[in-house]
Amino acid sequence: MLIVQFLLLGAAVFSLGVYGVLTRKNAVMVLLSVELMLAAININLVAFDRYLADQMAGGQVFALFVITIGAAEVGIGLAIILLVFRNRHSANIDELDLMKL
Amino acid sequence: MSASDWAGDAQNWVFVLLALTMLFTAWRVVTTKNVVHAVLFLVATLAISAGFFLLLGAEFVAWAVVLVSIGAVVVLFLFGIMITRAPLGKEVELSHPSRIRIPAAIISFVLFILIGGAVLAAFGDFGFESDVTRTAAVGDSIFNRWVIPFEVVSVLLLAALIGGIVLARRDPPEFEGGEADARVPAGTAPDRTGAEPDTARPEEAPAATAESEGSAKDKEIAPVGTADAGAGS
Repeated sequence: MLIVQFLLLGAAVFSLGVYGVLTRKNAVMVLLSVELMLAAININLVAFDRYLADQMAGGQVFALFVITIGAAEVGIGLAIILLVFRNRHSANIDELDLMKL
Repeated sequence: MSASDWAGDAQNWVFVLLALTMLFTAWRVVTTKNVVHAVLFLVATLAISAGFFLLLGAEFVAWAVVLVSIGAVVVLFLFGIMITRAPLGKEVELSHPSRIRIPAAIISFVLFILIGGAVLAAFGDFGFESDVTRTAAVGDSIFNRWVIPFEVVSVLLLAALIGGIVLARRDPPEFEGGEADARVPAGTAPDRTGAEPDTARPEEAPAATAESEGSAKDKEIAPVGTADAGAGS
């Protein structure tokens, strides 16, 4: 296997995640796209880990950390969206313009 | 590595199959008009990424993805969709109009070209043989070399747990009732007492009437706790 095939796939999925973050209106959908980007990053980490044949398995351990932090991020992010929804009755990020002058 | 060598390896064909499926599902995640379909396509994408980890011989990461991402995070997303009354139906537009979509597509395409060009220039024909990393080796590595980051991540998870509870719970209006229950405060509004979670389910219209508002407030405590329990297991 070539290392570059995994890296190109990760780049493609990451770019799709960026597209989703930029185009989605609903805040939950934005978090969904961020999760897509994290999945792409994990592919890169594990592919480099196997490519380097790391004795410490550093890439895999950091992929596990990314999964953990992704779970924490989703929990906090959904709590914040919930709070915004409770106060503004909308999860549409276009309507969150309180800080706009 | 020549092209015939590459094509002669069965793993590469598994890779091509999984990669095309993953690109399709990831594309559907960011373009579908149904929020629940988007979450289900995310499930497919994460499952295929777990397949890639198995292809790379990283078995523990693969099953961690299945357990944590598919098992817990996706359930959290579904609860988030239900709680925030995300618009359902074919006529609602979840994405911005093409005035924003086209620049976003250009940005992400340029990003892909940049990253892809960089990795092609740097790792053009570097091949490798994937062998299985046993879970025992990963565990040894975590608890020897990476134990400090591991502990830091555990503290971060605890902080996220407490932060999620503090953010999502309702502030009780007054505490003189002794046991301050956040869900049924002492001076509760009368519209919230009669709102059962079952009565809110049949109504699918996203109209934010006062009554549905009250039932949404009733429900919003319980799902977060359930999802946290799922993430904790």
